[in-house]
Amino acid sequence: MFGTKLQVSWLLIPVLLCGRTALAQPSGGDVAAALSGLREATFIEKEEVVERLSARGDPSVRPVLAALLEDRLFVRQSDQRVFIVKSADDRLTSLDLIDPVSLAGAGSATRDDLAKIGTNNRLRKRLRTLVARFDLSSEDAAVRLAAVAEISRALDAESLALLRTQSALERHAGVKEEIDIGLALAALDTGDSRARLDAIAALAHSLRPPVRNRLASLLERTENGVFAEPDGQVRAAAARAVRAIDRWRAVSRVVEMLFFGLSVGSVLVLVAVGLAVTFGVMGVINMAHGELMMLGAYTTYVMQLALPNHIAASILLAIPAAFLVSGLVGVVLERTIIRFLYGRPLETLLATFGVSLVLQQVVRSVFSANNRSVETPAWMSGTIQVNGALAITVNRLCIILFTLVVFAILQVVLKRTRLGLEIRAVSQNRAMAQAMGIRTNRVDAMTFGLGSGVAGIAGVALSQFTNVGPNLGQSYIISSFMVVVFGGVGSLWGTLVGGLSMGVVDQLLEPYAGAVLAKIFVLVALIVFIQRWPRGLFPQTGRAAESQA
Amino acid sequence: MSGARRWALIEQDRAGTVFLAVLAVLAIASPILNQLVPASSPFHLSAYWLTLIGKYLCYAILAVAIDLIWGFGGILSLGHAAFFALGGYVMGMYLMRQIGARGVYGDPVLPDFMVFLNWQKLPWFWIGFNHFWFALVVIVAVPAALAWVFGWFAFRSRVTGVYFSIITQALSYALMLAFFRNDMGFGGNNGFTDFKEILGFDLHADSTRVALLVITAGVLAAGYLACRAIVDSRAGRLFRAIRDAESRARFLGYRVESYKVWIFAFSAVLAGIAGALYVPQVGIINPSEFSPLNSIEAVIWVAIGGRGTLYGAAAGAVLVNYAKTYFTGALPEVWLYALGTLFVLVTLFLPRGLVGLGTLRRRTLDAGPAALAIWAIRSEVGASLESKLK
Repeated sequence: MFGTKLQVSWLLIPVLLCGRTALAQPSGGDVAAALSGLREATFIEKEEVVERLSARGDPSVRPVLAALLEDRLFVRQSDQRVFIVKSADDRLTSLDLIDPVSLAGAGSATRDDLAKIGTNNRLRKRLRTLVARFDLSSEDAAVRLAAVAEISRALDAESLALLRTQSALERHAGVKEEIDIGLALAALDTGDSRARLDAIAALAHSLRPPVRNRLASLLERTENGVFAEPDGQVRAAAARAVRAIDRWRAVSRVVEMLFFGLSVGSVLVLVAVGLAVTFGVMGVINMAHGELMMLGAYTTYVMQLALPNHIAASILLAIPAAFLVSGLVGVVLERTIIRFLYGRPLETLLATFGVSLVLQQVVRSVFSANNRSVETPAWMSGTIQVNGALAITVNRLCIILFTLVVFAILQVVLKRTRLGLEIRAVSQNRAMAQAMGIRTNRVDAMTFGLGSGVAGIAGVALSQFTNVGPNLGQSYIISSFMVVVFGGVGSLWGTLVGGLSMGVVDQLLEPYAGAVLAKIFVLVALIVFIQRWPRGLFPQTGRAAESQA
Repeated sequence: MSGARRWALIEQDRAGTVFLAVLAVLAIASPILNQLVPASSPFHLSAYWLTLIGKYLCYAILAVAIDLIWGFGGILSLGHAAFFALGGYVMGMYLMRQIGARGVYGDPVLPDFMVFLNWQKLPWFWIGFNHFWFALVVIVAVPAALAWVFGWFAFRSRVTGVYFSIITQALSYALMLAFFRNDMGFGGNNGFTDFKEILGFDLHADSTRVALLVITAGVLAAGYLACRAIVDSRAGRLFRAIRDAESRARFLGYRVESYKVWIFAFSAVLAGIAGALYVPQVGIINPSEFSPLNSIEAVIWVAIGGRGTLYGAAAGAVLVNYAKTYFTGALPEVWLYALGTLFVLVTLFLPRGLVGLGTLRRRTLDAGPAALAIWAIRSEVGASLESKLK
């Protein structure tokens, strides 16, 4: 079924294009002759030449038209022959030539020997349409899509006929939708009432702003009180369509806001989840947590320096590397400083704050105080267009997925491994755990290392969308503490729910209050929340929790 | 407690007396060294040093305020810089109104930044700040009100320890973000600066600087004595009982939260006054003063000086800030290493701060750092046991 359609489409287009002209068989000689006239021609004459060439429908003319459009069509002074130039970059002194008929390489020439064939706006516009018509039969759906958009911009009877044929043949849903919208918009201008009603029905599913505006314009009155659209039935249909579109656009906006909120919240979760381990499970207020993230971000930077040609690989390798670097620093911290301060959380705050200052200065001494830029791999940029009103940016999607993966791994480590079992045992009852033969000192070091390592991983993620500098950690430390306390100290799920909901609330408020006020509002709301429920969203219960209080 | 007995207590407190004496000497000597000793003499105290000492003393007041609640009540506020900054902003509003038509835009009423933002009239909350007495009232009222309301909600819900520290930090952060906004009407990013005079005295004149220094020293002494009085009173003893065993104090029938909230509010007022004295001396106030890092730094001064002594806190503030001035000028790279290492070492080995050094010396230790740390923990436990038995 699809196979036949495919074949038909490839057969039909040249036939269709050729059928309208008397010259069914284009020949190389004609093309060359037509081109040679271009040098002396006026813009009007050039347009005639262009029309004549394209009317043959021979796809081999497309490169010539595209070259003329892109200012790459030159005349060689020595023999007055016309050539396409591979690239007309200003920095090149010698330009590579392509023969316009055979499209084979034809040596090169110096810039002095070549004269550009100029174009004007009108000619370029016409050229774009003509090139787009050729592109309509391209095998690449993206090229076809661009061609449809180009043709729809200036529709005449010819283009309409072309689009209609293509619509029947098109098998790519996105391109077909684009064609149908173009046709329907045209039908609104020209068709009878019946055709206009059909067009409105077709357009009611599109969420694009131009479509909505066009439909809304049907409902407007002109200055003397007459409706732009004479038929009442058509007006009613248009009004219904506009309402439906508005409803869907509103839904899309909410979805988009939720998505943005989730991505902002994911960052919060990611920076807080390591803290949920060190602070939540161990009761250590680690003010150097932010600096451990900073170390992770710098690890990413160093990995990129080491592998400058493999950005994607360097980021992927940076994840375990950052875990190791930050985790090791964490273990050293625990062994040398924090183990002397258990049970005195406020003093861990002071000591780790000192550590954070030292780490910042270390980074300043090694990498200088300037921000370093970390490149983002190509696959992380760009957007996914869900419908006319909703586009999802890939990097935001990546951060959400990454956070969920890190969270899941951490859950598995804490709930399904020997180490996790020991960590939970020590946090619940240290003396009993020790009596059962658990080496609590080792578990303490591993727990702190785990939390710090997760901070390092968060740093890798942060390096993708903030500046990597010595102050990177400071800007996140307060919000990460807020997330942990809000979620409930000692509860990883609390951190996840708390962070995500903080992000969503922040994004929902932002359009009304502005970015800064929204942040202030979230902070104040959190302060009030903690005063009402001091143990957070998911308070820990049981004897262990009570003895901590 | 009678006045005579309170005085006796202060007399007993030798270190406290030394501290007050140093302040007295400073208050008497600095005017002489600045005004009477000629500028050519090596003993002349320059305007630079006057401002610097004045600044240190303001920090010392802030440190005493923090020590009152942390050292004696176990309440670690990481938002005291916010009260300090609020006091500073109120004083700044008065000083801005004093500029009058001498501003860049020459508007007789509106401060420059309002003219710049095209504001037509003074916002309501700026009214009255052309009067010094009004500013003084607000300097006390704003930190007191904020601390009282905040403390009342927090202590009533039994938000304690780390949780309290974190929400005070959030409060301070929220205020910083708010003051960064231009629409707030407090000069946004740039804050207030370019002050001309206070009560008609030129702020750039040495005589005004000396007077401000003497007043600051006086306020520090008065603040110290007031805190001392609170600590030695019945309420103060209960405050320490709350620090050591809050539930027990509550079960004995005391309304724990009202003690905490009043002392917290007093501490905030003291911090606000410190800020108000700070602004005319350094000549600028901007939202970065609200930064939670400033609060942490102030807590560090107290820890380094020695908490629970009041004079130790003041000494810590002056010492750390002098070291900061010295190092940031002479060896800027070393400063953060030095400060960071100092925090770690003091927390590990000197839980009573530098003032605790005296006690440490008496028990000579020949063991390594680990044993030293264990000793430190033990002495801390001992200290809290002692105070429990008292």
